[in-house]
Amino acid sequence: MLGDFFRRRMSVIAATLFLGLGLLWGLTGAEAQTIKIGVINSYSGFVAQAADEMQKGIDLYVKLHEKDLPAGIKVELIKRDDTSSPEVGKRLAQELITRDQVQILTGIILSPVAAAVAPLTAEAKIPLVLTNAAGVSLTRLSPYIVRTSFTLWQECDPIGKWAAEQGWKTAYTEVTDFIAGHDSEGAFIKGFTDGGGKIIDSVRYPMQNPDFVPFVQRVKDAKPDVAFLWVPAQTQATAMMNAVRDLGVREAGIHIVSAQDLLPDEELQKMGDTPLGLITAGNYSTAAQRPANQAFLAAWTKEYGDQSIPDFFSVGGWDGMAAIFDLIKQTKGKFTGDEAMAFLSHWKNPDSPRGPIEIDPNTRDIVQNIYIREVKKVDGKLANVEIATIPMVKDPWKELNPPK
Amino acid sequence: MGGNSLHGVTDAIVSIGFHGLAFAMVLYLISVGLSVTMGLMGFVNLAHGVFAMLGGYVMIRLMNRYGVPFLPALAAAAIAAALASIPLERLLYRRFYGGEELDQVLLTMGLIFMSVAGATFVCGPLTQQMEPPRWLSGQVDLGFRHFPAYRSFLILCGAGLVTALWLGLERTRFGAQIRAAVDNLRMAQSVGINTSRLFMLTFALGSGLAGLGGGLGADLLAISPSYALQYLVYFIIVVAVGGLGSIRGPFFAALLIGIGDTGFKYLLPEFGAFFIYALTMALLLWRPQGLFGRA
Repeated sequence: MLGDFFRRRMSVIAATLFLGLGLLWGLTGAEAQTIKIGVINSYSGFVAQAADEMQKGIDLYVKLHEKDLPAGIKVELIKRDDTSSPEVGKRLAQELITRDQVQILTGIILSPVAAAVAPLTAEAKIPLVLTNAAGVSLTRLSPYIVRTSFTLWQECDPIGKWAAEQGWKTAYTEVTDFIAGHDSEGAFIKGFTDGGGKIIDSVRYPMQNPDFVPFVQRVKDAKPDVAFLWVPAQTQATAMMNAVRDLGVREAGIHIVSAQDLLPDEELQKMGDTPLGLITAGNYSTAAQRPANQAFLAAWTKEYGDQSIPDFFSVGGWDGMAAIFDLIKQTKGKFTGDEAMAFLSHWKNPDSPRGPIEIDPNTRDIVQNIYIREVKKVDGKLANVEIATIPMVKDPWKELNPPK
Repeated sequence: MGGNSLHGVTDAIVSIGFHGLAFAMVLYLISVGLSVTMGLMGFVNLAHGVFAMLGGYVMIRLMNRYGVPFLPALAAAAIAAALASIPLERLLYRRFYGGEELDQVLLTMGLIFMSVAGATFVCGPLTQQMEPPRWLSGQVDLGFRHFPAYRSFLILCGAGLVTALWLGLERTRFGAQIRAAVDNLRMAQSVGINTSRLFMLTFALGSGLAGLGGGLGADLLAISPSYALQYLVYFIIVVAVGGLGSIRGPFFAALLIGIGDTGFKYLLPEFGAFFIYALTMALLLWRPQGLFGRA
């Protein structure tokens, strides 16, 4: 009889039990929250070195600032290797969004990969904090993209203008034949010709080119006042400088300028004395004296040892995580895609290792100081010393090409 | 612009010729082993570049991490590659001699992918950088112009090795045995040549040379996990254009490819990289067996 009583009310009892358990679980669950962040990076492929630098910057920021997050909120980085392929990057972004349920995407070294991922961010309304890919029009591909790194127009237009200001009349440009190279070429030509200079010729070399001697020989033959040589940083920079040294380009009286990619800080020590006196334009140098950079370098050396040198890829990753962490702190970890973009589009960091930076709400692209740097010997080692600052530069390409 | 234009042109030609020659020497060193083993054993060893990569990694690791001087590290690279090839030949390749070529291609392609994963696992995904030893960095002053010392060394090594290989092949018993076996394997077996041992030793020699080439050429063909895949095309082209089973063939093919590639990148940068493929197609259409291959 008692059994009958319970049997008839079994469903009600079961439901109450489950409801009670669920409430208890829900209450405890609300205390701990993990924000999943998808990191798409090119760990293998020809930009693996850049990816490594960027990842180190991201990881260092997370390690140092995890304690600053609101109580109960943790951050989980889900890292995926796009192997430098846009198709793979797109598939990984899809899996991160649908299967791993990430709230934010970040990373991406290569612009073609970013371009492939962009439509997914718009469709899923997931913010993408680009920490490197520098293609000028990337932030226009989706309203959910914000960039914390740089664009090549930001760097190469000023260096073109600066070269013309030196009284150099003729220039020869050589860049790698992909979108970043094309951007740098276009920007330098605009800056240089605006300043009254003339371009003798423009050459593009294939992407994974091992030896630059044939291309640099052409520069030597043409005898321009200045040569603009661009490579996608990493070991290609050293290979390019070796060609410059072997062919005696500087001894022939030809000046060389570039963006910071030609003389990345971690490669500079391997180039001998060839780069002394070379001028580049960039957003970050390890030689900068500002306190935020000194603190950054100290933390980097402590974590990765003194054989490891950060560069502008690292700072892009660092500031990207800073933006994401500020978003989490501001919203207590609860945000929709639109709320996140509203915050990120107005984000500022006055204390980045590279100086003050902010996001332009109109373009969702980075606004930062661009430094003209000269290679000098500091404490017996080569360093990119900042000799001039162009403050708070907006991307010139977007100013010249307003959206239709 | 100003300057003596004839001087400029000859300077350019000398530069391009010199650097092309250095590139050719590296290609030759790596590919000659492949040519001999393909001609001798009839085995399509696409994974040949793996030995070059192994040589490069061993040399760089020894130099950077253990401070081993350049020449001993180079010797170690060659020996390591030669030794590594022996179990591979005995246990794996041997089963496919005289078999279907497609099987051999699939096997060695699989080995390449294994090498990519293995190298990434052991050494990380980054390109390894070689710094030439002090006595080879800088320039060599020949009076009328300077030449980079390391590239000069490469050319000398290549020339020296060609000579040594040719002498070895023509003047030693071992060389005679190889030539016999390449000419007619059954006949060579009939006169008592231990072809099984011959294959193993030749394969080890070819792989050791590849390891040497990989180490020497580490700043031209950068050592990274995808090395065997990335530069496979170069090695295959040198062997195909040169002709299988010959020592001279790959030498002239490497000269053509090395100097041609550098030269055309200089003359027509937009199409420069495409040139060697066009050249290969033209040459193989004219002589399908390669320059020095047997018809």
